[in-house]
Amino acid sequence: MNYCLYCDEGFYETVSWSFVLGIAGEMHFCEGCSSSLERIEGEICEICGRSFSLFPEQYRQENRCNDCIHWEEDVNWRGVLVKNRSLYVYNDFLKELISRLKYRGDAELVMGFRQEFRKIYQHEFKGFVVVPVPLSQERHYERGFNQTQLLAELLGVEVEHALERVLHEKKQSKKSRQERLEMKETIFELANNSKLVYGKSVVLVDDVYTTGATLRQASRVLKEGGALQVSSMTLGR
Amino acid sequence: MRFVSFFVDGKSLAVPEVLKPPDVSAVPVSFHKLQVLDTPDFSEVSPFSAELQASLSGKLLLFEELPYSIDVIHEHYLNGCLAYEKGIEEAGGSFVCKRCGNDKPRLFSSFSCFRCKEKECVYCRKCLVMGRVSQCTPLVRWCGAELEWKLDEVALTWTGELSAAQRKASDGLVSRVGGKGELLIWAVCGAGKTEVLFYGLERALKTGQRVCLATPRTDVVLELLPRLRKVFPGITLAGLYGGSEEKLDGAQLVVSTTHQLFRYRDAFDLVVVDEVDAFPYSYDSSLEHAVHQAKKKDALIVYLSATPGRKMKKRAVAGGLPHVKIPLRFHGFPLPVPRFVWCGNWKKRLKKGRLPGNVMNWVEHQLEVKRQGFLFVPSVVALHQIVALLQAVFPGIEGVHAEDPERKEKVMKFRKGEISILVTTTILERGVTVPFTDVAVFGAEEDIFTESALVQIAGRAGRSKDDPAGEVVFFHYGKTSAMVDAKRHIEGMNREAGL
Repeated sequence: MNYCLYCDEGFYETVSWSFVLGIAGEMHFCEGCSSSLERIEGEICEICGRSFSLFPEQYRQENRCNDCIHWEEDVNWRGVLVKNRSLYVYNDFLKELISRLKYRGDAELVMGFRQEFRKIYQHEFKGFVVVPVPLSQERHYERGFNQTQLLAELLGVEVEHALERVLHEKKQSKKSRQERLEMKETIFELANNSKLVYGKSVVLVDDVYTTGATLRQASRVLKEGGALQVSSMTLGR
Repeated sequence: MRFVSFFVDGKSLAVPEVLKPPDVSAVPVSFHKLQVLDTPDFSEVSPFSAELQASLSGKLLLFEELPYSIDVIHEHYLNGCLAYEKGIEEAGGSFVCKRCGNDKPRLFSSFSCFRCKEKECVYCRKCLVMGRVSQCTPLVRWCGAELEWKLDEVALTWTGELSAAQRKASDGLVSRVGGKGELLIWAVCGAGKTEVLFYGLERALKTGQRVCLATPRTDVVLELLPRLRKVFPGITLAGLYGGSEEKLDGAQLVVSTTHQLFRYRDAFDLVVVDEVDAFPYSYDSSLEHAVHQAKKKDALIVYLSATPGRKMKKRAVAGGLPHVKIPLRFHGFPLPVPRFVWCGNWKKRLKKGRLPGNVMNWVEHQLEVKRQGFLFVPSVVALHQIVALLQAVFPGIEGVHAEDPERKEKVMKFRKGEISILVTTTILERGVTVPFTDVAVFGAEEDIFTESALVQIAGRAGRSKDDPAGEVVFFHYGKTSAMVDAKRHIEGMNREAGL
């Protein structure tokens, strides 16, 4: 008997051929919770990795969604983020789950995604330097951990803390008008060990890709630090 | 978080890392790694914050739950007004959460903690919704001066009258207030349990006791609050339920869902546990734990139930649990006895998109004679099917279940008589009182309809003195012992009442 990592309901693994052969995946969630997780499959936007099946045709042009087309039209942001890949659709269930992970502080929940998250890394970003999106010191102390770091550690490779998050209040005054107009908010800056990304391909790890703005901010800072190219992977999209 | 500890006057003091005096060389460690943890002696002369006292008395809280800076908290610790306790206790490699009592290994996990810098800071996954308890988070308890209430303002302003049976139970309760132990008030549905409590509550409150009324349901908390506020206008009263605004005043009378009791410790002289047999109180032993932690050692626990569980009934009958019975409804009429009606293989019929003929007839008859009715069904899936089939023939029929976003509105409409037949899962088996209502159970042989569920459901009928003879029908595909026991239970109560 297993117990669901999310709802603690007891359940049995379904016996299939892969189970008998010992190549079946780890089962962390009960059937009910598993079925509430919508895996992103089939046609996706080649940049942000959103599923086209849930997306009205008119918001798409060929293999890109309109949001990404806008990003790429902007000279400031073109090519900053090569691509993003996500595991699940950011539906109400995943929203609840991520909020329990982040705000309630249930660190153990990330274990349910180890196998699938690794697969994405192996298929799409093998050999890339893994950098979690950082929290500010205050937020980090409040939560006790950084959920993106936990997700990054699932990948089984060295995790590099190449970025630091700076406080908005502190930096607000330092910004020039030009910078503000260009949306060059300084949320992130390079950490001491940022040399590790120089000349490398980097994959950022975050919990959710929503507008893509945060990930692009982080990515730009890494590129300024000499990263060759930056992509990202997240749990939800 | 991390603390330093050092000896002052023979006591090992714990000081949060951020408040470490510069001349102390001790190395900060995670809270759970403090070797000795003393609380300074309480000093009568030191001033303390009355608000902090009210917020914390009788409770066990996390730092985050107290709206005070760490300086204020530490100052009160130094004055011996509050003490720190370990949130997670470790013994022989296994863990216990000191707040919720969880000791299941699978419901503990750990993370590399930014606060205490430990690689594995163990936390409890069971009571996360109340804020995370981990090894490095202390639980805070008040140990200073006790709260005092304005006793001369306590008065019961209720002017109603108790029936003879209610009076007997009420006297039984009053005579036990001030003592310790347990009392079961075993009262039929519609006995008027709340009124039975009034004099006992008055006695306890007048003698300065702190009292808690715990119920499994938020609905009941919301229903009781205004009633109690009306009959006890002079007292401080707090209502606690998931999502209620955090009340940090030290109320003398607390009406709470059982879950919220986890935050209380050694607080109450009298705890009344309503519907002790109801999910989730009987279901989840950790809630029983919560009740026991929340009461003082010498407190009196009063259990209320129309259908006590087997264990409790056995103890009562064997004499191990003092109890008083109210076998009679407040209006003096007998409980409606259920009638069994065989309705064939209804599952097969539902699959074919049809309902048993006698169920259709029951609905039609209710509509004809213009009497409202509850139709209880065994599952949400069955509910959707049945509602769709009924609505096709009789508009104005509604269905309701726990996750229904319009649940409150639909129940309200039914109360107002705007819905004729309300199809429902067992969520409405308790607490809902609508006069002039008949009751039917669909698929009464299903496991979910236990003896106590069926007794409760039957108890929805005939609640008003103007309509004491409501009708109860169990439509079934094979009689079960739960059904037979439920009928026997009801007949037994009527017999005991001399009816």
